[in-house]
Amino acid sequence: MASNGEVLLEVRNLRKYYPVTKGFIFQRQVGAVRAVDDVSFFIRRGETLGLVGESGCGKTTTGRVILRLQEPTAGEALFEGRDIFKLGKEELRRLRRDMQIIFQDPYSSLNPRMTVGDIIGEPLEIHNLARGKEKIRRVQELLEVVGLSPYHANRYPHEFSGGQRQRIGIARALAVNPKLIIADEPVSALDVSIQAQVLNLLEELQKEFVLTYLFIAHDLSVVKHISDRIAVMYLGKIVEMADADELFSNPQHPYTEALLSAVPIPNPEMRRERIILPGDVPSPVSPPSGCRFHTRCLYAQPSCRTNEPPFEDIGGGHFVACPVRPFARQRSRAAVVAQATGAPG
Amino acid sequence: MAVAGALFLAAVVLAAAGAPALSPYRYDRQDLLVTYGAPTRSHLIGTDGLGRDVLSRLMYGARVSMSVGLTATLLVLAVGVPVGLAAGYFGGTFDLLLMRFVDIVYAIPYLLLVVLLQTFFTAVLPTIRHGPLVWLHALNHGTNGIAAIVMALSLVGWLDVARVVRGQALALRHREFVQAARSLGAVDRHIMGAHLLPNVAAPIIVMATLLIPNFIIAEAGLSFIGLGVQPPMPSWGTMIAEGIDSIESYPRLVIAPALVLAATLLSLNFVGDGLRDALDPVMER
Repeated sequence: MASNGEVLLEVRNLRKYYPVTKGFIFQRQVGAVRAVDDVSFFIRRGETLGLVGESGCGKTTTGRVILRLQEPTAGEALFEGRDIFKLGKEELRRLRRDMQIIFQDPYSSLNPRMTVGDIIGEPLEIHNLARGKEKIRRVQELLEVVGLSPYHANRYPHEFSGGQRQRIGIARALAVNPKLIIADEPVSALDVSIQAQVLNLLEELQKEFVLTYLFIAHDLSVVKHISDRIAVMYLGKIVEMADADELFSNPQHPYTEALLSAVPIPNPEMRRERIILPGDVPSPVSPPSGCRFHTRCLYAQPSCRTNEPPFEDIGGGHFVACPVRPFARQRSRAAVVAQATGAPG
Repeated sequence: MAVAGALFLAAVVLAAAGAPALSPYRYDRQDLLVTYGAPTRSHLIGTDGLGRDVLSRLMYGARVSMSVGLTATLLVLAVGVPVGLAAGYFGGTFDLLLMRFVDIVYAIPYLLLVVLLQTFFTAVLPTIRHGPLVWLHALNHGTNGIAAIVMALSLVGWLDVARVVRGQALALRHREFVQAARSLGAVDRHIMGAHLLPNVAAPIIVMATLLIPNFIIAEAGLSFIGLGVQPPMPSWGTMIAEGIDSIESYPRLVIAPALVLAATLLSLNFVGDGLRDALDPVMER
């Protein structure tokens, strides 16, 4: 897609810890949930960065912290060169016109007591973009842009299906003409048939309005479809980041390999060796020492227990946090199968 | 049911508001020749032990019950809703202190606390002879002690409202449409007014329709034990209390005010249910 190489958002060493407290009146901190622990990435203008990982790995938190819906513990996020985390209240309010969010649950993200017109018109009013007739016209225009009808403006959210509600949420995000949209699992709650429609809508809108997406999801085929680049998160850290095609054809991190092997192949005759990871995800309160993945890694070396792996560029913008590099000489099993079948996709 | 309730309430309110003009007699006019009089054309529901017309006393009593119920409820909502919203939305120390305070107040029996406060206000209000609060003294004097009751009831009651609203706000705060409003750059005041308030409106209305009868009962209870409105001003509570003495010979003196009280409370509940359904867009059909 039209990415001219200019970086729109750069996140550096982002951390978000939630304190764990004990005690009834005098609460003392006994630990911290390290939801996001030293995450760095960048997104170019007009590009889609997919952020994948299993539930609880911190991908949603990352999105919310960038929007300052939650305050970060440490780190910086440069949006067009300005650190979002250092902005004052009023500056932040102005910046919110440039960054918007689409939520996962289309049932809870729309106020049940406001009409669709009020919901989409709210950002216009907050930022004094349009009032009165002009506002109504803008709302109708936005409804048409997302594939709904202007007369839907007077209805309440409960009168719509999940897919339509998600379109309303997208229209609300578009109302302020944002540059960056953080899509927090925007299709996970929808039926598969509706998923494709909404994904296509997002792609069309990206072309039309030159949008930049941070696309958070756990469904790899969805992410591959829409992303230019993909970052894989595990337990609060990004373990691998590369161009979408590169990541799927040449995964370098053992966790990515396991994830890819779980993508279903849309061909009942094909069988693939699933890589089943042993054990459960460790607690983010006391993550394992060294490499966080070493407790479940099939290729773990003794050094992985103690040495925190560096997040290195191994060429061509392919970053990986695994110094062992088990697939440096041979292709990973998931990649071999993917190559042979043309799947997943 | 809601419509029937509303009609009955309208009749009660009309009777209360228009009591001086509509009632056949004044509430304290005694006709000692017809004490404990049976219903006749001149006294539609009879007279009490002092020969006072029961219908007129019921109408004047409605004034007391209605004004106590409504003003106390309005006061309680006016204070409790904003405080509860703020506590639930912002959380933190303010929320913690408020909730511990509510816990403490909850540990004390409700009626005991109200009686204490009511006695306190009845004693203190007449001593306010100057200063910015002198109007309170005048108000209490002019309303035969109703102001003291309302103040005592509200001072305890708003905590209850704040607690309920706080719980609702707490649940709503993490809903995604509130997050969406924040990401759109909405200020806290707008979020509380446009997003939280309409969504707690339904439970508040239900609560209000339960609060009004609660306050009416509390007032009747206080009056019943002699701490409420001072005679000869009638309230449904005092009328029941006076009637109790002769309940075996003249049960209608208890039945009439008790029936009106019960019917009013029931109507309020029906109307509350109706309002809640009418205000919920999801139920709209």
